[in-house]
Amino acid sequence: MGFPRTASAGDTAFHVELGDGIDRATNARVMALHERVTAARAAGALPGVVETVPSFRSLLVVYDPCATARAALEPAVLALVPEGEVPAAAGRLWRLPACYDTAFAPDLEDLARACGIAPEEVAPRHAAAEYHVYMLGFMPGLAYMGGLDPVLQRPRRSEPRVRVPAGSIGVAGALTLVYPWESPGGWHLIGRCPVALFDRRRAEPVLLAAGDRVRFEPVDRANFEELAAAARDGTLDSETLLGAA
Amino acid sequence: MSGPHLEVLDGGLFTTVQDLGRFGHQALGIPVAGALDPIGLRLANALVGNPQGTAALEIAYLGPCLRVAADSVRIAAAGPLSLLLERPGEPPEPLAPWRSHTLQRGWVLRAGPVTGAAVAVLAVAGGFALPPFLGSLSTYTRAGLGPFDGRPLAAGVVLPLTRPAAPAGEEVELAEPPDYGSGPVRVVPGPQAERFDEAALDTFLSAPYRVGKEADRMGLRLDGPALVHLAGADVPSDGLVTGSIQVPGSGQPILLLNDHQTAGGYTKIATVISADLPRVARLRSGDALGFRAVTVAEAEALRRRQERHLSGLVAGISRVRPPGGIDLEALATSNLISGAVAGDET
Repeated sequence: MGFPRTASAGDTAFHVELGDGIDRATNARVMALHERVTAARAAGALPGVVETVPSFRSLLVVYDPCATARAALEPAVLALVPEGEVPAAAGRLWRLPACYDTAFAPDLEDLARACGIAPEEVAPRHAAAEYHVYMLGFMPGLAYMGGLDPVLQRPRRSEPRVRVPAGSIGVAGALTLVYPWESPGGWHLIGRCPVALFDRRRAEPVLLAAGDRVRFEPVDRANFEELAAAARDGTLDSETLLGAA
Repeated sequence: MSGPHLEVLDGGLFTTVQDLGRFGHQALGIPVAGALDPIGLRLANALVGNPQGTAALEIAYLGPCLRVAADSVRIAAAGPLSLLLERPGEPPEPLAPWRSHTLQRGWVLRAGPVTGAAVAVLAVAGGFALPPFLGSLSTYTRAGLGPFDGRPLAAGVVLPLTRPAAPAGEEVELAEPPDYGSGPVRVVPGPQAERFDEAALDTFLSAPYRVGKEADRMGLRLDGPALVHLAGADVPSDGLVTGSIQVPGSGQPILLLNDHQTAGGYTKIATVISADLPRVARLRSGDALGFRAVTVAEAEALRRRQERHLSGLVAGISRVRPPGGIDLEALATSNLISGAVAGDET
């Protein structure tokens, strides 16, 4: 099988790869390794590790080469790789409002055509799924979520947009995400979410965590604007977005 | 503003508060940011008596204009920064980098162009009295993180200081500027070097590249021969570090710098070694560069050697000698007769 496998990222980091693709089982093992390394460091082990960054199928271990060395650190981290399957952690369930208004969905028609469905089918199919947060990355608060309806699955846009508005809901491959910030982006935009996925005023600025579950709840434009205003003012209580387990 | 501060009269082109970085939160998508030139940051801080990681001003291309609103302030610049001191009734006086200077209330410090490098650093004794975010004062403008809502300095901004006056003691200087390195930039191949055809790695390690027009704190787009992928340019998004060299479908490499995103899905052919990061981060559009491969162990050794060089420079910080003057203390304490022999040795 070839896993775990390590790969160099210069002299200050290395990847521990536990798989090749995007799947729940591999991701669960990556998250478990991330947690084990974090716990070991808290207990005083693995000196010289600066941080670990989990992603779909690998954990990036960042270290200080003046405090430790790859030769010493790598075996110590590999010893923490979980054997076999890891039970899925029970994350929180979020219910995030989503407005699929045409003004917010510049790629919806093209996507529907490419998928061979009517445009009115896109929003219900997107909102019907319960998504799993695989990882956070790219920008503060941005969560990569898996579980997209196979009918909606298409590769990323061949030409990314230079500017995607903040809050845009994107789909690409088998994943969906919400862009927390205006940024360049190559995903198909099909709606907008008024909630701030990153808000430095909050005690915990990042809303979602790896392992959380997310459902999108369609709201109309008027409702969207109310929620967006509350999010800007800081009066939208994120507790209200938590769903029943 | 009543406490001691520096008043920003002109923010310059892109001046941001940076320390060594906001570490430990990349798992939440929060980039490290921090000084593009950590060598300059650490030495400027050492020259003003600060802990080396104290936040300072990173100045890109054209610097700010600051007025002293404290009894006095000690500053030091690192890098090829033009600095003019303006005092009432006096002609402007150029101030040299790599040494400390003490400025009095009302004096104006006019930082001009940075020549020959993309950035320079200006440190202040005592640092700034600004609230950290997640333990750091580093600025990440894309998400508004850091002082002043993550914005670069602009006219009217006030930089509060922790010290009401400069520390006592004479001005100090480095014995010599730091060595950033020259010749090919050293890289460790990987993490996805095997995703490129054989010719690609050879090309990458021998061809001349140039920093393209898009060069900022997130990264440098490099112009040069295209690098061919074996099976597409995409991998599942994984972690990135400053110095990661991504190659998207176009085949043109992107060398990531401090504001890089925390994860990305383009294949990475190599990573610049940490010892060469300060040098690479100071490159500007149009600058030429080439790459040479080293192993992880060699790269770690080069970094540790660089640390010893920096420690040596810091240990050698001494009082500024007047031009042509004799340092009497050095004369009295140095060993003038080492190497003398008794005469009966062969």
